[in-house]
Amino acid sequence: MTQPKISLSQVEHVARLARLELSEADKERMRRELDGILSYIDTLRALQTDGVEPTSHAVPLTNVMREDEPRPSVPQTDMLANAPDPSGEFFRVPRIIEE
Amino acid sequence: MNDLETVIGLEVHAQLLTRSKMFCGCSTAFGAAPNSQTCPVCQGMPGALPVINRSAVEFGIRTALAVGCRVNEHHRFARKHYYYPDMPKNFQISQYEEPLAEHGVLDIEVGGSSRTIGIQRLHLEEDVGKLIHEGPLETAQSSTVDFNRAGVPLMEIVSRPDMRSPAEAAAYLRTLRTIVVYLGVCDGNMEEGSLRCDANVSLRPAGSPELGVKVEIKNMNSFRNVQHALEYEVKRQVRALAEGEKIVQETRLWDPERVRTVSMRSKEYAHDYRYFPEPDLPPLQVEARWVEAIRATLPELPAARRRRFAGGYGLSAYDADRLTQGRALADYFETTVREYDKPKIVANWVLNELLREMPADDDRAVAACPIPPRNLAGLLRLIDDGTISGKMAKDVFETMYRTGQDAPSIVAREGLTQVADAGELRRVVDQVLAAHPKVVEDWRGGKKAALGFLVGQVMKATLGRANPALVNQLLGEKLPKG
Amino acid sequence: MLTRLTIEDLAARFRRGEATPSQAAAAYLERIEALDGRVNAFLTVTRQAALGQAAEADARFTAGRPLSPLDGIPIALKDLLCTRGIRTTCGSRILETFVPPYDATVMARLRAAGAVLLGKLNMDEFAMGSSTEHSAFFPTRNPWDLDRVPGGSSGGSAAAAAADLAAATLGSDTGGSIRQPAAFCGTVGLKPTYGRVSRYGLIAFASSLDQIGPFAKTVADAALVLGVIAGADPRDSTSVDVPVPDYRAALEGGIAGLRVGIPAEYFIDGIDPEVEAAVKAAIEVLRGLGARPEAVSLPHTRYGLAAYYVIAPAEASSNLARYDGVKYGLRVPGGRDLIEMYGRTRAAGFGTEVKRRVMLGTYALSAGYYDAYYGKAQRVRTLVRRDFQEAFERVDVLAAPTTPGVAFTLGEKTDPLQMYLNDILTIPVNLAGLPGVSVPAGFTTSGLPIGLQLIGRAFDESTVLRAAHAYERATDWHLRKPTLEAPPR
Ligand SMILES: [Zn+2]
Repeated sequence: MTQPKISLSQVEHVARLARLELSEADKERMRRELDGILSYIDTLRALQTDGVEPTSHAVPLTNVMREDEPRPSVPQTDMLANAPDPSGEFFRVPRIIEE
Repeated sequence: MNDLETVIGLEVHAQLLTRSKMFCGCSTAFGAAPNSQTCPVCQGMPGALPVINRSAVEFGIRTALAVGCRVNEHHRFARKHYYYPDMPKNFQISQYEEPLAEHGVLDIEVGGSSRTIGIQRLHLEEDVGKLIHEGPLETAQSSTVDFNRAGVPLMEIVSRPDMRSPAEAAAYLRTLRTIVVYLGVCDGNMEEGSLRCDANVSLRPAGSPELGVKVEIKNMNSFRNVQHALEYEVKRQVRALAEGEKIVQETRLWDPERVRTVSMRSKEYAHDYRYFPEPDLPPLQVEARWVEAIRATLPELPAARRRRFAGGYGLSAYDADRLTQGRALADYFETTVREYDKPKIVANWVLNELLREMPADDDRAVAACPIPPRNLAGLLRLIDDGTISGKMAKDVFETMYRTGQDAPSIVAREGLTQVADAGELRRVVDQVLAAHPKVVEDWRGGKKAALGFLVGQVMKATLGRANPALVNQLLGEKLPKG
Repeated sequence: MLTRLTIEDLAARFRRGEATPSQAAAAYLERIEALDGRVNAFLTVTRQAALGQAAEADARFTAGRPLSPLDGIPIALKDLLCTRGIRTTCGSRILETFVPPYDATVMARLRAAGAVLLGKLNMDEFAMGSSTEHSAFFPTRNPWDLDRVPGGSSGGSAAAAAADLAAATLGSDTGGSIRQPAAFCGTVGLKPTYGRVSRYGLIAFASSLDQIGPFAKTVADAALVLGVIAGADPRDSTSVDVPVPDYRAALEGGIAGLRVGIPAEYFIDGIDPEVEAAVKAAIEVLRGLGARPEAVSLPHTRYGLAAYYVIAPAEASSNLARYDGVKYGLRVPGGRDLIEMYGRTRAAGFGTEVKRRVMLGTYALSAGYYDAYYGKAQRVRTLVRRDFQEAFERVDVLAAPTTPGVAFTLGEKTDPLQMYLNDILTIPVNLAGLPGVSVPAGFTTSGLPIGLQLIGRAFDESTVLRAAHAYERATDWHLRKPTLEAPPR
């Protein structure tokens, strides 16, 4: 049995970062599946990539900018129309507890 | 315990004075109805994409040049992830490994001596929206969000931990503020939040090369708060260390009401920002030509202007410093001098009279001053040609400020022309001497102060319009010799 | 039957007054009504709006002033393209009620061209999947065999095009999501060069890989649709200002002398022998038309899939952070505080596959792992791009299977990695940002479609389409139609 790629506590940590509430059963299943995928991804390690530039954009563009000209915004009612919990002219959120 | 050395670094966020937001065309104007200045881009709607505002980049380059930063030829935006309801996408488009500029310096003056503070980096990012809590955050059952501010361009300037006292930090912030306002890239208003400052504070044994555990201080929304918060925090850390406590790496909020910093009790995992290059924005390639074109439009900066004012106009260092605290004030001074070529006199009037009415660094107030430079010059010329006395001029100045009228109109309307007719004045002098024989006696007895009283009586009798030099001369002639 | 006609033929009838856009819209709506209960391609049918748009198109043809070759043509869009005032779900519970206040650029361009929108098409949730089984609402069926999947993630778009439920459809392709379902459903599916078509209003999965493209009954129709949607967009900074040629005109001229590279690495172990045979036969057809096939090597192909399964989930974990129950979409109420609301909303709003990829992507970007995963994958991406660059120094297009196998049965693939392997031959094209098309190239003995993939240089859709068109004209696979009218088994 090889060392697992990812532990249960790492799964919990990542779920917290991603703001995903996972049940205990979910966590173990997720750990197993991620472990399998990460093992597959590890095939990349065989490849020598020192000195290879990373590609972050498929097409090499630079300096794409717009002029500083204001344009009309979308009406307030349209922007609030999808709000799950609108409050007058605002979006409302539950109690914020700092982490 | 050894002597402790204070180490402070500042992170300053300046809202840029662009007309539209960083990545969309929504207006940046302050004070609109909540959520009325948003669109799919700045509200983070599914499918929306950012497009870089060219002016924001140019404002960043302007500032970078002004603080001696090296503008990186290649820079790019990155996504910084954390969840907070005022941030529409739950990531902020910012810059990370490849910021716009790095390695600058800022000279500050504290207590008459000069110090150089290093600037680590300058980068661009987008502002977040505004959260409004129902009461204080700790007890609020819910909060509401206004996304109008979300996406407004921000420039973050990070200093090196080079400041050694709260006073130096305040001086750094003031100097930096003056520069961004001079450059026209930020209005510098701390109370409205267009200029914000966070600080990292730590202590270490004097002379130690290592940094102590640093505490981040937030929520200091005025110059006064910055200095008070840092003074409090330094004392808190000194006391804690003296009592053998360990300083915890944390974020503390300044509470101006209770005059103390309060821990936010943040957990470490909250700070895994998972930066990666923003795939929706191609990188920027800043060519030398672009930088030079921007450099050519840089205004004279406060430090250079201060030196020129002192050297070129023969002003004291103190006056030159005060006159250059705001670009509008310095412009006001120079425009006046162009019309009335006596810099020291103009400086006195600006510093003593004008600044009675407005703060030196309030560009908006100075620009809207009801006495334009031309009118101040006109007033000073009336003193020179003897039409009014210096004392009268101060009253005229106040009327000018109140009404916006020029000096000649006010002087003519109120009949303020100075009495310089020797014949008329001689009669008044005779009357005054006759009415105060006791004082004349005192003067003869050697009481020189009596002369001042007599001059005052003449001025009173002429409603202040008498030419003071002539009054003195006539009194000298008429008074019996001692 | 109007629904059988290509866009070109339909438009010709409109011009000659032999049919009207209203009649075409009505015919398609009737067919959707009759058959989509079995295929399940549509999430939303916009009947009233479609009839209204068709009536306006009628008037333009009556006046003799059609707007474009697509005027009055009934089309449908994958449900991750934002449509103003029309629910856009991205196949997810978390956006089940989302009604965008704006049109995606492609929608705006189609509207301006006079196209008639029939509705929105099913997909794997957030375009994550290869079977459309990951739709939060229901799976779409393969029109050729209703027990089988149509492929994915643009399964609804492929099935609708194949079953003549729309004259053409749009999908999106991040790792094969246009070409793979096109192959499974026996239709034409084109993924343009990254940057060729604006992504503005495309609900992002992986921003550096996503690209919008058409499904159509023929290569010529795909070329017509591409001509309307292609071109730089000031709202998409990654769209490229390269002139848009007349793709329809570029189809003509044949392929004599065209150098066709056959990448050895695309004929992998485990490939379905019937697929291999069909594709090799297709290459012979190309040779017969004057093309010059030659072997080429793309040595990093086998690493593409692994690199993709770092890059795409990483970008997705970021793009999907915004779904938090604050501004739009689902919110699960009742939590004690904001963090609980976030966690519950996202747990209830996202399906299993989406959660898996969000977790994977978050992990790959997290402190201490970035270099080993994301940084490494980006470097491998460079190697994959270089492979193509070198091949394209010698050849004009590449020909290969679109998929290693044919449509599988619903529920057959339960292991996520097995599902991912479906995209092994399409992913490298996305990593390199190149154009690729899948065209019908035969059937298995059990009657399931097989796709031929043609890949071109960046922004050289014209050559890809010309080769595909030449092949299509020399064969009749595209003329075969699934028989849906028969009663369900
Ligand atoms: Zn906006």
